[in-house]
Amino acid sequence: MLPAVRLRSAVALVGRYPVLAGADLDLDRGEVVVLRGANGAGKTSLLRVLAGLLPLVAGEASVLGFDPGAEPRRLRPLVGLLGHRNGLYDDLSARENVRFAVRAARLGPGAVDGALDRLGLLGRLSEVPAGRLSAGQRRRVALACLVARAPKLWLLDEPHAGLDAEHRSLLDALLDEVAGAGASIVLASHEELPPELASRRTVHMAGGTVVEGPAAPVAPGTGHPAGVPVVPAGAEAPRVA
Amino acid sequence: MWRDALVVAGKDLRIEARAKVGLNQVVPYSMVVLLLFGFAFDQDRPLLQQAAPGLFWMAVLFAGLLAVQRSFSVEAADGAMDGLRMSGLDPAGVFLGKAVAVAAQLVALEALLTVGVVVLFHTQLAGAGLLAATAVLATACVAGAGTAYGALSMGLRVRETLLPMLLAPVLAPVVLSATEAWRAALGLSTGGGWRWLGLLAAFAAIYLAGGAVGFGALMEET
Amino acid sequence: MRFAEVPPAPSTGARLPARSSLLTRALGLSAVVGLGITTWWGLWVSPPDVVQGQYVRMLYVHPAVATMCYAAFGLCALGSIAWLWPRLRSPRWDRLAVAGAEVGSVFCLATLVTGSIWGRATWGVWWTWDARLTLTAVLFALSLGYLALRRAIDNPSSRSYVSSMVAVLMVLTVVVDHYATTWWVTLHQNTSLFKPGPSVHGWQLATMGMSFVAFGLVLAWLMVHRYRLEALEERYEREGLSAALEARRSEGPAATGRPGRGGPQPAVGVPAPVPVAGQARDQEVVAR
Repeated sequence: MLPAVRLRSAVALVGRYPVLAGADLDLDRGEVVVLRGANGAGKTSLLRVLAGLLPLVAGEASVLGFDPGAEPRRLRPLVGLLGHRNGLYDDLSARENVRFAVRAARLGPGAVDGALDRLGLLGRLSEVPAGRLSAGQRRRVALACLVARAPKLWLLDEPHAGLDAEHRSLLDALLDEVAGAGASIVLASHEELPPELASRRTVHMAGGTVVEGPAAPVAPGTGHPAGVPVVPAGAEAPRVA
Repeated sequence: MWRDALVVAGKDLRIEARAKVGLNQVVPYSMVVLLLFGFAFDQDRPLLQQAAPGLFWMAVLFAGLLAVQRSFSVEAADGAMDGLRMSGLDPAGVFLGKAVAVAAQLVALEALLTVGVVVLFHTQLAGAGLLAATAVLATACVAGAGTAYGALSMGLRVRETLLPMLLAPVLAPVVLSATEAWRAALGLSTGGGWRWLGLLAAFAAIYLAGGAVGFGALMEET
Repeated sequence: MRFAEVPPAPSTGARLPARSSLLTRALGLSAVVGLGITTWWGLWVSPPDVVQGQYVRMLYVHPAVATMCYAAFGLCALGSIAWLWPRLRSPRWDRLAVAGAEVGSVFCLATLVTGSIWGRATWGVWWTWDARLTLTAVLFALSLGYLALRRAIDNPSSRSYVSSMVAVLMVLTVVVDHYATTWWVTLHQNTSLFKPGPSVHGWQLATMGMSFVAFGLVLAWLMVHRYRLEALEERYEREGLSAALEARRSEGPAATGRPGRGGPQPAVGVPAPVPVAGQARDQEVVAR
């Protein structure tokens, strides 16, 4: 089976600044990987490369079998990106925001209520303009847009930001469900890992490269790189506040 | 493409219906502009009547700039442009949808401005067919060129100042043609009103087609 | 600077030396000589005109400058169209486009100024709403917009694409503008400022011809140098990239004290250094 993500020596620029300076990453289908690293290590840029939003100037990339630089428009409908910003329209309600995402993806309107329900947004909250919601509630609306679109690859940039304890565990249950259904997830975080995530495969980024958890062939079935011992819960993860 | 255009236009118009930026800010602003033109011409009634079509289209140009700025600041506010790029919507559809939404707002504004011109400048309306046809085509020009340049200045740091700088000289022939067509319709100049429509149609076709073809790249590149 | 450590990039930039070649020096010298001859003939040798008197001497500046302005913008349009043509796409066309636009706007300003002076001298007004004059003014505003847009876009490939598109759209705008201003002027029965002038002959014709040659040489010289400057800038950025990449990579594993920092820098596309196990340094890097 084709891997979900294969990056080799990826170099990407923002302006003239090399945000990625030769990054490697492998991800199997149905696998979850947590990107760790300090601010400015290149986590967000890596996600944007995988989404086909940031072109490579050198190196190779294959995402879900597509070259994200050459055919971004075929790749993107299969990818869901939750960035630093939520991409919501402040004047539209939560429901209208999700409905626009669903319509844009050419899906039936049935997906809207299910997605709102999954993130605990049904009822009064769904009718409030997004601009009046709290940071955590906006995050949940953005996640609901992804749930409704049901992408094959989820790219989540600090998805826990602003979420309270209850909704953090809701998100982690959601990620399990998504991965269980065969979708792959790349999650970037510089926060202290919640216990639910600590058992997942972790790679580290620094200086625009992946410095730990190097690319390795994936042993069938395990979802962990062959030959690399599974890192026990957060043992080597730097605790960056 | 057309379906995506409807989805995007519906979204933009719904946002406008909620936020009412056009109604609460752009319309009063345009009316004040008309008043200021009155001050600038020192109540010279014959002169104002002569200049009314030009002043009208200048007011539309200013309002069009604001409408385009608004159309793209809505996308920029919370990073929604990335959402549009990831959505799978046809870029040509996004372009046409945003242009249609801007055009719909401008047509409504033009109707109100026409009343303003009649009341403030004592313009006698005549040649309704030519007036309306000019308004439709000129609106398509402003919305098409505005959306195209709005899209390419979208991701730039100097968007607010660059857009008027780019758009004003580009729209110069539109203001000129629309003004002359209206002057002909109102009987302020002699005949030949319809040929200006040809120019407006050509300009609108260039920018609507160019924007629809190039918009995907413009969304990608900036 | 660290660029000395970088192996020279094997690309089109390498063929363009940083200093001017013999050919461009000869070009520059002949442009100066041509301008000198034009000045000499124009001010001393050629006689005053029967109709225009001394003012006829503007004939030796304005038409040539205006023609060079249109020629430069034509080269900008050519470069933009060629860049957009998939088979022809090459950074050279983009350099041609930027050179044409910049040099063209200088000549365009000169056209407006000399035309204005001529108008003041013969008609007594600095400005008249002549079709061609109005169109040139709009063209100048469009070219300033184009150049402002180029400066605002950082990413080189985006800049090439967006500015080529804009240049093509602006060419079409100018065509529409041409009809608009022409009809507008005829509607108001304005006389054209540039109606067929007095018949030109003898020394006048020779001087005018010389002015076209001289300003043509100036245009060519400016274009070559602006083109070369653009190529050098691209080379600077490309070579700076290798250094920037190395600096970027060293942000992370540098905490573990990797040896051998002083050696030659790898060029772009060389695989990343072997990942070093270790903790990411907790440092802030501000990505622009």
